[in-house]
Amino acid sequence: MAERKTLQTEQISGHSGPGPGRGMQREFEVCKLIDTTTCIGCKACEVACVEWNDMPFTPTFFDNTYQTMPQTSYHFWNLIKFNEHQNPDGTIQWLMRKDQCMHCAEPGCLAACPADGAIVKYANGIVDFNQENCIGCEFCVSGCPFEIPRFNPMTKKVYKCTLCSDRVGQGLEPACIKACPTGCLKFGSKDDMKFIANERAKQLKENFGFQNAGVYDPQSIGGTHVIYVLHDATDPERYGGLPKDPTIPWSYTIWKWLFKPVLGTFALFGFVGIIAHYITAGPRLPQPEPPKKEDAHG
Amino acid sequence: MASRALDRFDDAARSKIDALGQTTVYRGELLRHPVYTRVLHWTVALFFFLALFTGFGIYLPWLFRWFTPIFGGGPLSREMHPWFGLGFVVFFTLQVLNWLKPMLWAPGDTKWMLNVHKIVSNEEKMDPPETGFFNAGQKVMFWEIVAGCVVYLITGFILWGGARYFGRIAVAISYVLHDISALIMLGGIFIHIYQSTFGEPGTFQAMIRGAVSEAWAWTFHPAWYKQVTGRDPVQACEEARRQMNAKS
Repeated sequence: MAERKTLQTEQISGHSGPGPGRGMQREFEVCKLIDTTTCIGCKACEVACVEWNDMPFTPTFFDNTYQTMPQTSYHFWNLIKFNEHQNPDGTIQWLMRKDQCMHCAEPGCLAACPADGAIVKYANGIVDFNQENCIGCEFCVSGCPFEIPRFNPMTKKVYKCTLCSDRVGQGLEPACIKACPTGCLKFGSKDDMKFIANERAKQLKENFGFQNAGVYDPQSIGGTHVIYVLHDATDPERYGGLPKDPTIPWSYTIWKWLFKPVLGTFALFGFVGIIAHYITAGPRLPQPEPPKKEDAHG
Repeated sequence: MASRALDRFDDAARSKIDALGQTTVYRGELLRHPVYTRVLHWTVALFFFLALFTGFGIYLPWLFRWFTPIFGGGPLSREMHPWFGLGFVVFFTLQVLNWLKPMLWAPGDTKWMLNVHKIVSNEEKMDPPETGFFNAGQKVMFWEIVAGCVVYLITGFILWGGARYFGRIAVAISYVLHDISALIMLGGIFIHIYQSTFGEPGTFQAMIRGAVSEAWAWTFHPAWYKQVTGRDPVQACEEARRQMNAKS
């Protein structure tokens, strides 16, 4: 039953009122688990992403690293970031992190987006862009703590990883998961993935000597629907700039959802105020005013 | 030196544009705004409303989404909004050069401002005798737009470039400042339109035909009336009142 139901909306950008169909059916939150400790950097997930989403191959440039390109782009949503990290004892760690949309529980992109229905958060946790509603203002880029939304200057719209919402909606796993040969990518319910991630972190601590091993599921944005197992969860920055405490600017929370509608309404009250002035104080006429007709009424 | 170059620029612009149109001043009227000023005013107004209406759709789409189809949809609104804004700033800058001198704050303006409640409540039928070509309210609005344009320009370029070039925080702050500036101007434009049409009858023609009646001038801008005609505004008003009473 569950694998054939359609995606249900939870939250819609720039939309007044609740999302239609919200809470109609029971829905569990999905999650992608990325175990950076078992990633071998084969980039099969990059290829699978490009293939499934039918994105054109474009020449990239070699910048003396193993990375396909320096950053994700509007037609390359999934990038393995390679970072060499020197430990205090002089040993080197070669860190590989699959960089893509984190599908935040409190998406900064959605909070920033003014266009009705351009960004949708589904009840299963997937945050998706609907380009037909996108107006290309790029506010989402500033709302995102992970530098994920990418602007396409040709279409003037913004693109990012969909967590293969088209596949997940049909009960399939995302394309990158299917392609992963080592099993470092897993997909399932948030609870299951968190359980596996915590077990793995425990294993890393107890059996492999990674004292700071842990799970990256930042609570500052309510958690994410893509979680990492890291060798050292105390310093996620070393994995190609993963923020320790990602935040959404207050201007998108307080200003947008409180002051904007209130002040916008006040502006309309200005119009009412002018009518009130005309009725009570009346217009100021050039002097001298002609004398009033004495027998006139009203 | 700079002010002389500015004068030369203004004079050249005025004489060129003034030659393109005409201003008819009938007997009992005074020249208020020459063609150059009017052209600038309406160009600024055009760009203001284009920027305002494209901006509305981005500001609160769930309230103002019906504005975007006028401009060909959301993406096109978004694409054109900065250009309209730039047009507004450019033409308003010319207006600033044109109006810089009459808009400078004079000692009488502070008095006018302290007295503003009597003028708003229509207690005082005539403006104070020190009121010159522009009153203090107009000057405040003018300088508010100057300040607003500076805010628009800086924050607008940051929003135009986006977080890719200026960073998340710069965009998040600019977005709020841009909105505040727009809201202040929105409030201002309500007052401006009201005052120039229904609020003070006889004003609108100053920006359409360029001429105003002498009665309008001595009522709302007595010092300017005195400067142009050499007559005392209060006496002129009283004389007109006597003539009116004698006729009736």
